[in-house]
Amino acid sequence: MKRDIEDATSISEADLEKLTKEANQEATPSAAKIMWREFVADKPALISLFILIVFILFVIIASMFIDVPKMMETNIMGYYAKPFTPEYWLGADAGGRSIAKELVVGSRNSICIAIGLTIISSTFGICWGLVSGYFGGMVDLAMQRVYDFMMIIPMLMTIIVIVTIIPHYNAITLTLILSIFYWMGTSRLIRSRTLSESQKDYVAASKTSGTGNLKIIFREIMPNISSLIIVDTTLSFAENIGVETGLSFLGFGLPMGTPSLGTLIANANDPENITGYWWTWLPAAVEIIILCLSISYIGQVMRRTTNAAQRRGQDKK
Amino acid sequence: MWKTILRRILIMIPELIILSILVFLLAKAMPGDPFTGSINPRASQAQIHHLMQIHGLYDPWYQQYWNWVVHLFHGDLGMSYEYQEPVVDLIKQRGANTLWLALFTMVLTYLIGLPLGIYAGRHEGKFQDTLVRVYTYVTMSIPFFVVLVIGIWIFGYALNWFPTSGSISAQASGLGETLISRLGHIILPGLLGALFGTVNIVQYLRSEVIDAKHSDYVRTARSKGVPMKDIYRHHIFRNSLLPIAAFAGYSITGLLGGSIFTEMVFSYPGMGLLFLNAINYRDYTVITALVLLYGFLNLMGTLLSDIALSIVDPRVRVE
Repeated sequence: MKRDIEDATSISEADLEKLTKEANQEATPSAAKIMWREFVADKPALISLFILIVFILFVIIASMFIDVPKMMETNIMGYYAKPFTPEYWLGADAGGRSIAKELVVGSRNSICIAIGLTIISSTFGICWGLVSGYFGGMVDLAMQRVYDFMMIIPMLMTIIVIVTIIPHYNAITLTLILSIFYWMGTSRLIRSRTLSESQKDYVAASKTSGTGNLKIIFREIMPNISSLIIVDTTLSFAENIGVETGLSFLGFGLPMGTPSLGTLIANANDPENITGYWWTWLPAAVEIIILCLSISYIGQVMRRTTNAAQRRGQDKK
Repeated sequence: MWKTILRRILIMIPELIILSILVFLLAKAMPGDPFTGSINPRASQAQIHHLMQIHGLYDPWYQQYWNWVVHLFHGDLGMSYEYQEPVVDLIKQRGANTLWLALFTMVLTYLIGLPLGIYAGRHEGKFQDTLVRVYTYVTMSIPFFVVLVIGIWIFGYALNWFPTSGSISAQASGLGETLISRLGHIILPGLLGALFGTVNIVQYLRSEVIDAKHSDYVRTARSKGVPMKDIYRHHIFRNSLLPIAAFAGYSITGLLGGSIFTEMVFSYPGMGLLFLNAINYRDYTVITALVLLYGFLNLMGTLLSDIALSIVDPRVRVE
């Protein structure tokens, strides 16, 4: 009897390899693999992804070579210098500061804050949604009340008030303050998906066999909704670029002396600037539009991958 | 259904209380004291202390909060230090302007969004649908304040089609002229807000129409020989439009939030601009009143939408 079992389970190396290969081909490819296929199939998406990554890297590396305090010094000689000259590629503002340099440093600041905000607020939103959706019942009810309350707070006003109360703040504190107010969209989405996911058989099976709740949530449910998480994070990254820049545009974002895309666009608040010295604000505005459009396009392509019927990248069989 | 409404109102009360405490504490934390600007700068420290004692500023915070709430219920929001006017009067003047703009934007949003959503749903998967999808993708992605700046630059300054600041021109006299001048000042901000605010309506309506198209009652109607046009008019639109109408309350939140940007770019004297000025002058009675008012309006908007939805769609009711 024992020998029989041993005979049945002993498989030659070659067979094992062949079987594994077959199983891999049969199995649904991972979310990352599907997404990559989709990008290869959709050339505009691949190009915008490439441009985006190159641009972010360029901005981060280039701004290392710019001396920010020196750049922000006033230089009378450059007062509203015209663009397209060897010294001022994109002209200069009222203080004679080079717009091109401000644009690079400002982009770095704005993009980094948007990335930080996305990471913090999405992580929080995802955890909130997972816990709320998984446990359900009273836990869910209590967490939903907090969510409801956060939704009625006049966000922009409250952020402005908090920013004026805090005497000294920098990019990091600002990111943290913003994160308090921007997790609700993610949490709502993740919660509704988790609610339906935790009704499935594999969760019930896992529960019966005594797996801990935390392990079920983060090791079993979360991987299963990972494609949704990736899509949502990308789309909220595009949105978050508008958050800090909008606040800086109003004058309540990054403190004075720290350039941001928003403060550059705020140059347009002066009626004389907006028409006469268009180069002080238009490049930043165009940059934000291109950035947001390309990130959100990438998000749309990713979203397409979550729906098998809409995919363009073919499964190779 | 009454249960749903009652439950929603009961939930609303603690939310309102917490919001008011939060707003009150934030206002307390703001720098400066309420007598800045209203007293003689040579007043001695002792006199200021005396004033603060009279006005109860040395009481514990819950005592002060209670006094503030009592005043609130008497319609007394205090005096604005910057304008030396009761806050209530100030908000009445500015609120009318914001309300005009918000209503105008909302009407335009629905006028643009409804046909587009239905059109896209009707031509699902075709060229027209793709066009609408590109439109929603572009309007959804670009931050609104950039749209406003570029809009005022092109249509306000370069082409000079619309006024670039204020809510009414100084020369306007008589009822007709005032009305036209008022309208002229809100067309551009209203149109921009509407064009870039239709995403939710279009996407929701599109999927509603597509769902309805494949439902059994439509198939029955078609097999009976009802023309497609009539099916759309009598069956699909009715079913899809009701939930959309109920969404109006939710859009208040977006309109109010956006009003700060719109009013700043267009120097439109509404509540958003009032708020920004109040922040700059540390006029904190005005700030408190506005944050509370916006929160209250958000709450009422969601409440109305929830109730309307529960009337329209029995599935969301609580038993």
